Amino acid sequence: MPERLTGYPASPGAVTGPAARLGEPPSLPDTKPAVTDPAAELARARDALATVAEELQRRAEGKPKDVADVLFTQSVMAKDPGLDQAVQAAISAGTPAPWAIREELAGYQDALRAAGGYLAERVADLDDIGDRALAVLLDAPMPGLPDPGHPYVLVAGDLSPADTATLDPAKVLAIVTERGGPTSHTVILARSLGLPAIVACPAAKSIVDGQVLAVDAVAGTVTVDPSADEIARLQAGEQARVAALSTTSGPGRTLDGHPVKLLLNVGAEGAGFEPVAAVDAEGVGLFRTEFLFLDAETAPGVEEQEAVYRRLFEGFAGRPVVVRTLDAGADKPLKFVAFDDEPNPALGVRGYRTATKFPELLGAQLTAIARAAAATGAQVQVMAPMVATAVEARRFVTAAHEHGIASAGVMIEVPAAALRARELLAVSDFVSIGTNDLSQYTFAADRMLGALGELLDPWQPALLQLVALVAHAGAETGKPVGICGEAAADPVLAQVFAGMGVTSLSMAPPAVAAVRAGLRTRTLAECRDAAERVLTATTPEQARAVLG
Amino acid sequence: MAQQRVIVGSRSGLHARPAVLVAEAAARQPVPVSIGRPGGPVLNAASTLALMTLGAKAGDEVVLSAEGDEGEAAVAAVAALVEADLDDPGQPSRPDKPEQPSHA
Repeated sequence: MPERLTGYPASPGAVTGPAARLGEPPSLPDTKPAVTDPAAELARARDALATVAEELQRRAEGKPKDVADVLFTQSVMAKDPGLDQAVQAAISAGTPAPWAIREELAGYQDALRAAGGYLAERVADLDDIGDRALAVLLDAPMPGLPDPGHPYVLVAGDLSPADTATLDPAKVLAIVTERGGPTSHTVILARSLGLPAIVACPAAKSIVDGQVLAVDAVAGTVTVDPSADEIARLQAGEQARVAALSTTSGPGRTLDGHPVKLLLNVGAEGAGFEPVAAVDAEGVGLFRTEFLFLDAETAPGVEEQEAVYRRLFEGFAGRPVVVRTLDAGADKPLKFVAFDDEPNPALGVRGYRTATKFPELLGAQLTAIARAAAATGAQVQVMAPMVATAVEARRFVTAAHEHGIASAGVMIEVPAAALRARELLAVSDFVSIGTNDLSQYTFAADRMLGALGELLDPWQPALLQLVALVAHAGAETGKPVGICGEAAADPVLAQVFAGMGVTSLSMAPPAVAAVRAGLRTRTLAECRDAAERVLTATTPEQARAVLG
Repeated sequence: MAQQRVIVGSRSGLHARPAVLVAEAAARQPVPVSIGRPGGPVLNAASTLALMTLGAKAGDEVVLSAEGDEGEAAVAAVAALVEADLDDPGQPSRPDKPEQPSHA
């Protein structure tokens, strides 16, 4: 009887394939052996570091220049003559190779931390070198993404942003993690790549490399060593699901034609804006502009920003594009402005709050957006992140109007803003609910913390109640209320939101087809009924059960 | 001993990429080349890690030194790189910039 594991279905799809585990960083053995032959021990240490350098260089081949640069620099650090000397001295003094490498790297890490800024970020690179060298020396699995030479189901405790950044969607069939919640990096990445994913599956700990897994990320189950029948059934179900998606196209609407706009969440888009512009969607509901700022050494100029905005707007000519102004802060630091150290960055000066500290950044961005909009004739709207009060909303909307941007709104991510949605809507042209942060702040639960995943479930009745409140305020004021968090990508929840009176849903491009199909399965009256009934639920499970 | 004070020219300082280039140049010299901040500890200029731990930013002064007959030429060769702007956009490494085609 094959073993069946359950977890949270985070990104829909179904696939069968061999498991490959993410390599966990090795740890030093409890006991430190005596060094009997220092010359041989040094040779071992040098071999290990050379192996690491070669592996990093190999990984750099064929990568885009920015990724290759980072990997190449890291390979140079592994071969560093200063490190070599220090390791040699430590081994001569009787320290075994694994400890010598770890301790000498730690010395450099302290110095880099002291240097601060950009250099402090290299601390993680040295950690990685140490982990890899230890894996070689201790004959442990290499940490990081596996490379078994064939497509695989990636199994991990959790994925770090660095893991997700280097994940190759051509090699990974699906993702299964032990930890992680509905709004974790893993989920956002999997949805943006259209990969099936199951998170919060603690039993995945028992999965070993090479085991065949049937991943059903619609039901949230992983079957280990499935039978031929099961594989066939899963395939048939997936084919039916994909076929159902392709039967619908065009604007979002319910079975009886009530419109709910289907919009896209767009970011840096390494492949350019053409692929997202070609998606069958009605516009952009969230253009994240952080990428223009986060790695920049100096503040990007108006012309530089305008050029990027123009390329996006041209791709979406005739369709609405909502640009979110810079969302930075102590949690997403910038190199060219100093944020104060904050004990709680998520509750600190971030999002729109930074505009009071660095007004010139927002001014330059609004100028660039207005110019690009004028040049392309796109229906450009702007919105500010992390707005808490109607006073902040009015300030932002006034500034945007003064810059010549006709439609300006704010994001509802803070419970205070949701509770006073009517007052915020009175001074804004629209609002858009960021369900990820709204969950985090409503439940006082860090959205990156997998252990709190249950609280961050988008079906939590408290979150749904806040969404309903905002949607109701939208209906009263006659102004649009959109949703641009991960919750908008749930095809069933989409029906609930439609019933509440939400006017647009913005999501990662691969999610659009399923949400469109989901909306078309019910009439507006049925959606309204469901929207009322989910609010009577006590748990997310009960809320889900409303729509079966 | 040959010694030379140099101003760091790379706009982002002696961080990863410029540090790699300077260390490579130092390693190519026939004699060991040292680097340090004025009055600070003297480090091996052929070590990328040592260069990075200096934390030298654009405009900061560093001291290069080397022993022996070939010392002067060695110091001059490394100094040329320390002074140069190794972050020059002529060698693109910034895909987030609009002049790069990656977002076109």
